[in-house]
Amino acid sequence: MAGGPSLMDSLFQRSLEDLIKGLRLHNLAAGTAAGTPESSTFVSKSIDEVRREIKSTDQQTKTTALQKLTYLHSLYAIDMSWAAFHAIELSSSTIFNSKRTGYLAASISFNSSTDVILLLTHQLRKDLNSGNPHEVSLALQTLSSICTPDLARDLTPELFTLLNSNKGFIKKKAIATVLRVFELYPDSVRVCFKRLVENLENADVGIVSAIVGVFCELANKEPRSYLPLAPEFYRILVDSRNNWVLIKVLKIFAKLVPLEPRLGKRVVEPICEHLRRTGAKSLAFECIRTIVCSLTQHELAVKLAAEKIREFLTEDDPNLKYLGLQALAAIAPKSLNAVVENKEVVIKSLSDEDVNIKFEALRLVMAMVSEDNVAEICRVLINYALKSDPEFCNEILGSILSTCSRNYYETIVDFDWYVSLLGEMARVPHCQKGEEIENQLVDIGMRVRDVRPEVVHVGRDLLIDPALLGNSFIHRILSAAAWVSGEYVEFCKNPFELMEALLQPRTNLLPPSVRAVYIQSAFKVLTFSAYFYFYPEEALAASISEVGESVHNGWCEQSSDSVSGQTVTFSEPDEGFNPRMLHQPQKDASGNDGKKMISDLEQVSSCSVKMGHFTKDCLVGMVNLVESTLRPMAGSHEVEIQDRVKNVLGLIELIRQEIHGCLVPKEEENDRGELKACEIVRVMHNALSEELGPVSLSAQGRVPLPDGLELKENLSDLEAICGDFRIPVLSSFSLEKPRSLEKDVVTVSDQQNEEECEPSSESTSLLTEHRKRHGIYYLPSEKKEKVPNDYPPANDLSMQDKVNDEADYLVKLTEKSLVPKKKPIAKPRPVVVKLDDGDRIHINEKLTELKEDLISDAVQEVLLGNQAVASSSRTDKSDKSSNRRSRKEAFRPLESNADSTTVEIAELGNKNSRRIKHRTHGKERSHRSSKKATGESDRSDRPSSSHPHGKHKSRQRADGMENVAAESPVIPDFLL
Amino acid sequence: MIHFVLLISRQGKVRLTKWYSPYPQKERTKVIRELSGLILPRGPKLCNFVEWRGFKVVYRRYASLYFCMCINQDDNELEILEIIHHYVEILDRYFGSVCELDLIFNFHKAYYILDELLIAGELQESSKKTVARHIAAQDSLVETAKEQASSLSNIIAEATK
Repeated sequence: MAGGPSLMDSLFQRSLEDLIKGLRLHNLAAGTAAGTPESSTFVSKSIDEVRREIKSTDQQTKTTALQKLTYLHSLYAIDMSWAAFHAIELSSSTIFNSKRTGYLAASISFNSSTDVILLLTHQLRKDLNSGNPHEVSLALQTLSSICTPDLARDLTPELFTLLNSNKGFIKKKAIATVLRVFELYPDSVRVCFKRLVENLENADVGIVSAIVGVFCELANKEPRSYLPLAPEFYRILVDSRNNWVLIKVLKIFAKLVPLEPRLGKRVVEPICEHLRRTGAKSLAFECIRTIVCSLTQHELAVKLAAEKIREFLTEDDPNLKYLGLQALAAIAPKSLNAVVENKEVVIKSLSDEDVNIKFEALRLVMAMVSEDNVAEICRVLINYALKSDPEFCNEILGSILSTCSRNYYETIVDFDWYVSLLGEMARVPHCQKGEEIENQLVDIGMRVRDVRPEVVHVGRDLLIDPALLGNSFIHRILSAAAWVSGEYVEFCKNPFELMEALLQPRTNLLPPSVRAVYIQSAFKVLTFSAYFYFYPEEALAASISEVGESVHNGWCEQSSDSVSGQTVTFSEPDEGFNPRMLHQPQKDASGNDGKKMISDLEQVSSCSVKMGHFTKDCLVGMVNLVESTLRPMAGSHEVEIQDRVKNVLGLIELIRQEIHGCLVPKEEENDRGELKACEIVRVMHNALSEELGPVSLSAQGRVPLPDGLELKENLSDLEAICGDFRIPVLSSFSLEKPRSLEKDVVTVSDQQNEEECEPSSESTSLLTEHRKRHGIYYLPSEKKEKVPNDYPPANDLSMQDKVNDEADYLVKLTEKSLVPKKKPIAKPRPVVVKLDDGDRIHINEKLTELKEDLISDAVQEVLLGNQAVASSSRTDKSDKSSNRRSRKEAFRPLESNADSTTVEIAELGNKNSRRIKHRTHGKERSHRSSKKATGESDRSDRPSSSHPHGKHKSRQRADGMENVAAESPVIPDFLL
Repeated sequence: MIHFVLLISRQGKVRLTKWYSPYPQKERTKVIRELSGLILPRGPKLCNFVEWRGFKVVYRRYASLYFCMCINQDDNELEILEIIHHYVEILDRYFGSVCELDLIFNFHKAYYILDELLIAGELQESSKKTVARHIAAQDSLVETAKEQASSLSNIIAEATK
């Protein structure tokens, strides 16, 4: 057995077929897919065999072993990196089969981290130079799969030679491989580009196809640089009858035309011609796509494309239908008519069995949305969503939400409708868009003042439905409903009912975070009710002013007069407990009809006077309800809940005292304690009724960082600071008066600065004190403090006047946000409060539009800059184009190989760098002239006029002299 | 360009994978799993395109085998369908009414043919005849080599008897 193993292996080796049969057998026996223990033991056994066999000195044995391993690697994802060296070894074999197996293994398993890959360089070079075209072909295929920057650099000369191979199929492969090499080693562009361009004129369709494929990929990344080649592409576009080539050329033009509008005029006719003529759907579709993407200014072409799209849509083939819809989506922004004409097909496609087609149709439907039809379309879609499967249903809801909220709800005029639509969406059985709906409900509530009554109304409807609490997807929406109901409780028709809804037993199904919102809302409702009970006059006045303000300015004084004339105690048990709400419907119904309002008001006042004794019962009832529900939760382990429950219970204590105090006849019997309790209720109400404006995304950035605030410090230090005092993290009220706070604002930062400047040993206690004093307003945030302060408490009439005018208020807001923005007021539409976020988004859109341009601009800039710095060789990330510049240093190693050519390129590069834009142009010209300057003028279909030929000749001469003076800028003649 | 080519059987078994864009091994397995889940359940009357991670996967089913190619969003889907069909026709011509088993046992040949057809994710040869000719020429090279090899091993076998 001395030399045995290898010989035995070769005689009794399991062949590839045996291995595959064995695998299949084991899989069958196990009855399952690969990866089961059964087959994996077989696989690992096989790999052990391979490990042994592959070391064999017999080529045949080694080849089979590697082949088996390759099989296992490619289909079972078995690691074969350990066999990399064996693959390289085999690739150097003289036996073609072994070589082929070695290269196959290499091309499949090698990657950039394979360390022995450099060992392959020599073999590849040898094979690239081989006389056997099949060996060359193998080497090219392998190189194209596993190319690394090193390989690309080392093998560029060979590739350059192969680009001129007289064997067509080698040339093609070399061309395709060049693309990879360009990507990895951009400097090679300067060597090979010229030959690539030469091949554009090759008579062999296959070669042209390969070349065009390469340019298509290159142009995808950086189209501008290939603009000068447009005449060549144009010729191919007109002459070629090969669909593969035409599709690629169309793709190139789709990229070039947007850069050079004049080009569009020239190519639009041939493209339409192809579109009319061709029977191949692939080419027809490419024509359509080119037109709808890049030639939209040419109306006739767009019309033709729209016709063809209609043909696609009426086909039975789902592929064509899908593509037709896609093309329609592309055309939609430019010519909505085309979409509207095909409306029927689009709507029908919504119920197609193919998900892709459905989605595409949905996108199209959303593209048709405008101010006029948004309601109608949403109605159709919601009905459709009710019938469709959960996934698509949510897709529909999602696209409605995103379309309607686009650009601050620009398509929405009737917000009452939209808010009720949101409420409806929550009830769609499969709805999983809770988060989005939540955001929009809150967002609209904050941004659009006029719609708040409807928001509260919708919120109430959602809250009182116990069935909804069981659906976890809706919890987020309920959270929003609870929040708006609490925040805008003054619009609530019936706080008692609302309170019951907020505290209903099934709320225990809610997650703690949402529950916390519920309790917080309950707190707000209770505060509001108590305030109403204690200060009926103020409350009424405030409510009237608030309601009246938005309806009729003159009405405000009248009504407040009429109210203050009477001593009113408010209270009605259930319906109409809230007088503000009583006015609310009138606002909607009667608009400016002041008379009716006044009469209604009188009615309310009189009836509330009548029912004065109900007040206390009602409040006591509410207090009892709240207490009995929330008391058990005071021990909750959820901090959020516990904290809020404690707040509510504290408030209840206060109110209790007050109410009991009131058992003694109320008027003129105020002793100190009562007064204090009332005061606190009032303060809290004021705090809560401060308006929350939307906060700019960049607001946080404008908060000056206090000196000495160390954000990166270890958190353990914080413990010492917080040890003796707990910050009321989430309670959203401060026991301090908002007024005093306002005064403080100015000084806060100063104080803080002073305080923070103290030595750190003292800072702990100072900080604590400071927080105690300022509560959550700890940070002197410009945004958070000043904006809310612009909204005076609802009951403060004198302040109210200041911001009575919506426009004024907006102006103020803009002043605060420091950035100018467009006026969002449209007359019939309620005002939607926007911040500078709007501008930001706008800019972003622009940015994406310009991105492509920016890249090429950057390239141009780099080029110009580089020129100044002269020719320092460096790899440029903005690859091809920039690297096409020739830099002599980098050329040196190659000059021996392709002497005259490189020199010529270098010369040209220098010349061309003077006219960055046309550098390629020049090159391409020159080569053409050198090659077939004489034959050129014969081509009648060439887009270029005759004058460039003169230039060619001069260039030719110049090239010949090899000592070129500055050349006059080359005019892009193909455009003239 | 084509980012990768996958051949997946109806049972979800991989028959051939060719990657033209760099995907690490882990990623490859994930991609294959994802796409099998996406493509295999699709019914026969649906369109042949699947949107996936911002790419498009064009697939076509022949008997029990799915041929999938992944392309960029703005590539021509119909062209890829034609390439797939092209590949299948060449396989068919080479094996003589090709079936899944042919590809299983001759996986390397499926690769060789694919390499003749596509390079660096670009269509290389649109003529079926030419591809067939190249493959035949290479096969004959292999045959002669094999004959030599087998005769060699015969000699050795005899010598060691």
